[in-house]
Amino acid sequence: MRLEILNSGYRPGTKLLFAVIRLFSGQPLPDAAKLVFYRPDFYGTLAKKFTHEAMRGPSGWSVGDRELMAAYVSKVNDSAFCIGAHTATASQAYQDGAKVQAVLTDLESAPVEEPLRATLRMLGKLTAEGDVSADDMRQVLSAGVSPQQIEDALAVCVAFNTTDRLADAFGFEVLSPEGFEAGAKYLLRRGYR
Amino acid sequence: MAGEGKERAAYRALVDRVLTGEGTESAEQRARAFGNDGLAPPLDALIHKVANRPAQVTDADLAAAKASGLSEDQLFELVICAAIGQSTRLYEAGLAALAEATVSGEAG
Repeated sequence: MRLEILNSGYRPGTKLLFAVIRLFSGQPLPDAAKLVFYRPDFYGTLAKKFTHEAMRGPSGWSVGDRELMAAYVSKVNDSAFCIGAHTATASQAYQDGAKVQAVLTDLESAPVEEPLRATLRMLGKLTAEGDVSADDMRQVLSAGVSPQQIEDALAVCVAFNTTDRLADAFGFEVLSPEGFEAGAKYLLRRGYR
Repeated sequence: MAGEGKERAAYRALVDRVLTGEGTESAEQRARAFGNDGLAPPLDALIHKVANRPAQVTDADLAAAKASGLSEDQLFELVICAAIGQSTRLYEAGLAALAEATVSGEAG
């Protein structure tokens, strides 16, 4: 990462934890996971709580849907690490990598239900343009999405607009396909806590 | 706020922490990074990119900010504030549009 403190500025106990994780998983700890261990009182502890609530808390969206939203927002932001991480996680959650790739390639022709498509379209516009209108929201509502589902989707969008920015500014290392697959398994088993 | 969900409460706690909690950088400077406004060069260029074009941040942007005298811990805090600041503007815009759409839907 571009800040040396994020590569080597961890306490001895945390460094030991990183080594143990690497030993058991066979993969280096992703930079996204390392970041939340650096001065966790400043960012990591509360960021994990919010992200876990958005991604794994009660919601009308499935875990796969929310991971797909994370991948889609990251694609709009062109954030390589997060695209890889959440494409892998959504693909494992759905057990359908082709569907995830289709959404990331062309949302309008992808084989997804209209409520999810309309929601992704709105999240993409908000991320790319920084704003959405009441008419944009009415279109999502008329596709059959509840106001609570929209609010839940906005939380996912916000969590990954933050993570995408940190990934690109701090320079998270893009993992191998095996590394992303291992990270996806962890996120589906343990969430973001 | 009555009816505020757990997601919004958790987000508010995160925003409050990075803006008003203890930090290496001053709360005033963290607020400027959060708002992407009022920062001096070369930090302003880095923070503007984090907010608006994060994929274009380069090693040179961080190096220039460090060369201006900022420590890595200050940059850690300021970049996080910039990222959360932009995300907060998106959250507020989305929630405001949703509120407008649902209020007019109920009225109509």
